[in-house]
Amino acid sequence: MCSLALVPADYTQMKINQMENKTMEGLQIVVCGTLVPDPLQTLEPVTTPTGPGLKNETMLPSVLDPWAAHSLYEAANLAKKVPGSKVYLVSLGPKAKLQQLMMTVAQKVPFELVAIDGTAGGFTDAMEVAKTLATAIEAIPGLDKTRLLVFGGCASASRDAGVTMQLIGEQLGITDQFVGVDEISMSDDGSFSVLERIEGGQYLASTCAGAPAVLAWATGSLPEPPNNPQVGMANMRFVMPALQKAQPAAVGVGGINFEKSEVPAQKRATRIVKDVSADVIAAEIVEWIKG
Amino acid sequence: MADILLVLHTGSDGSFSKGALESIATTVDLSSKLGGSFAVGVIGAGAGAAADTIAGCGAEKFYVVEDEAVAAPRYSSDVKAATALIQKAGAQIVLAPGSSRFARCMPGAAYRAGAQIDTHIVALAVEAGVLKAQRWYYRQRILTTLSRAARPWVLLIEGGIQPAWQGAAGVADAESVAVEFTDAELRTTIKGIESPATDAQTIRPDAALLFVAGAGWTKKQADGAYHIRDASNLIQGFLKKAGASLGSSKSLVDLQSDGQETLSFMSHMNQVGQTGTTPRHAKGLSTCCHGEEPHAVGWRFINERRAINMDANCGWAQGKADVVYIANAFEVIAKVNELLG
Repeated sequence: MCSLALVPADYTQMKINQMENKTMEGLQIVVCGTLVPDPLQTLEPVTTPTGPGLKNETMLPSVLDPWAAHSLYEAANLAKKVPGSKVYLVSLGPKAKLQQLMMTVAQKVPFELVAIDGTAGGFTDAMEVAKTLATAIEAIPGLDKTRLLVFGGCASASRDAGVTMQLIGEQLGITDQFVGVDEISMSDDGSFSVLERIEGGQYLASTCAGAPAVLAWATGSLPEPPNNPQVGMANMRFVMPALQKAQPAAVGVGGINFEKSEVPAQKRATRIVKDVSADVIAAEIVEWIKG
Repeated sequence: MADILLVLHTGSDGSFSKGALESIATTVDLSSKLGGSFAVGVIGAGAGAAADTIAGCGAEKFYVVEDEAVAAPRYSSDVKAATALIQKAGAQIVLAPGSSRFARCMPGAAYRAGAQIDTHIVALAVEAGVLKAQRWYYRQRILTTLSRAARPWVLLIEGGIQPAWQGAAGVADAESVAVEFTDAELRTTIKGIESPATDAQTIRPDAALLFVAGAGWTKKQADGAYHIRDASNLIQGFLKKAGASLGSSKSLVDLQSDGQETLSFMSHMNQVGQTGTTPRHAKGLSTCCHGEEPHAVGWRFINERRAINMDANCGWAQGKADVVYIANAFEVIAKVNELLG
């Protein structure tokens, strides 16, 4: 059982560094994100020796997890605004599929890949995933926590638990965390303000004294960048070596005992109404709304 | 020592949200199934007074953390307060509503308390003395039933799975749990809540009807021209008259991100579906949308579904909606607005 006082041992030094305006040296923005099945694919659960999985999982076309992708674009945008900043993408997935994914993702924005060879399936335990990712982040050469912002999606499109980023932050000893982020604004002194989504279409507005912090992004506000072959060429100098030296990670279902996984029947007997005037349709809709 | 701890937080007005009251009902139900007792821990401003309002819920003990540091939602202070409550109560099962505040801090609290955590729980059952939880994976596409042997086990409960608890207020006689907050844990300052003006608010979780607008509203119409201003007026008129909440397809909000002219009041906050929200409303009306799996995800928890679409062969028309009207949404919504007065 952990103690209540989980303050990083080097916290005092962090504060001193912030007061010395360390952010002017640039940020280290580590984005956690991996692949998920293309949302247009039909998913069918199957039982495997290691727990539930997806039918033909290795064959399913993949995309970068949508929320993680938003966080990657926001990271690149922030790095452009803060000179000297660098973006890392830490990705846990099957090496061969990561390589495929990088053919498109690497053309979007500049980053350095840190690859971990393991499953990217949604049925894995978030605690195990977080531990693996936190270990990989700690191992980034030259990592300086006083300049560190850990980005990622507020949830994945696979596990959809919304807990991994907080667990990574805890393991890194980062106590300033934000979830459902749509906006970050940096100040010259290294502090920043954040908008987090809360209930009812509202935002919680906060300011933080500075790095280190964890930001789990919602959609942000940036569009998907167009492919840029020059960015792709630059990224690929790091992508291939990163894939070659990707360490295997034994990530599994942990202590979860899956009793059942199914796609519930959802077929409805749809009534198609056509060749009917707008007046008739409108009357029917109004009656339904008021009913 | 209680078997279950329910952790709640107060709102800015010191009261409990509907989701919090629903989670009380879930806890009462689970406690009955397990044949044990439960305690309630409350975090936030006015926690003690709030505990009094639910004194009749059957909890054997109430704990509160109402330090100024937890008056507003902040990860570092909330996680410390929640950890303190979990450790103080010593319960093996910890339940909490899946509010934005707890979705943020409870994973960290579980980590610090050496607990396991599962979120977005939509059902709890006890079979042969074993607690089983249901949750969706792959964005509401695969429903699983799972259990864990490890304890403590923290479970964040989705809204809408139980009616809100109703019962008598009284004197909870809550025990105050002391938590010390260091300066390092208060580096984040809460500035407040940013809300759209009341008449501009388009996301209404309590509305009976969800109105989803698709990209078709911003396409060229039969006359070969765009009618985006007309679309805006029609949709906003409908929302006002029907009191509906507004949802959007991904393609529509993406148009805005790409800088194209589109509906100015629409943002990613309105997005439903695979990469958006999965709202809960009694009824849903989809207009000018096209899509299959991603679209169905956004509608998972909409009970009655109707759509207005120009394409009878759209995947959306095949088994996802109860009724699909093959018609021009501009014409139909204009008439609907007239009829709604």
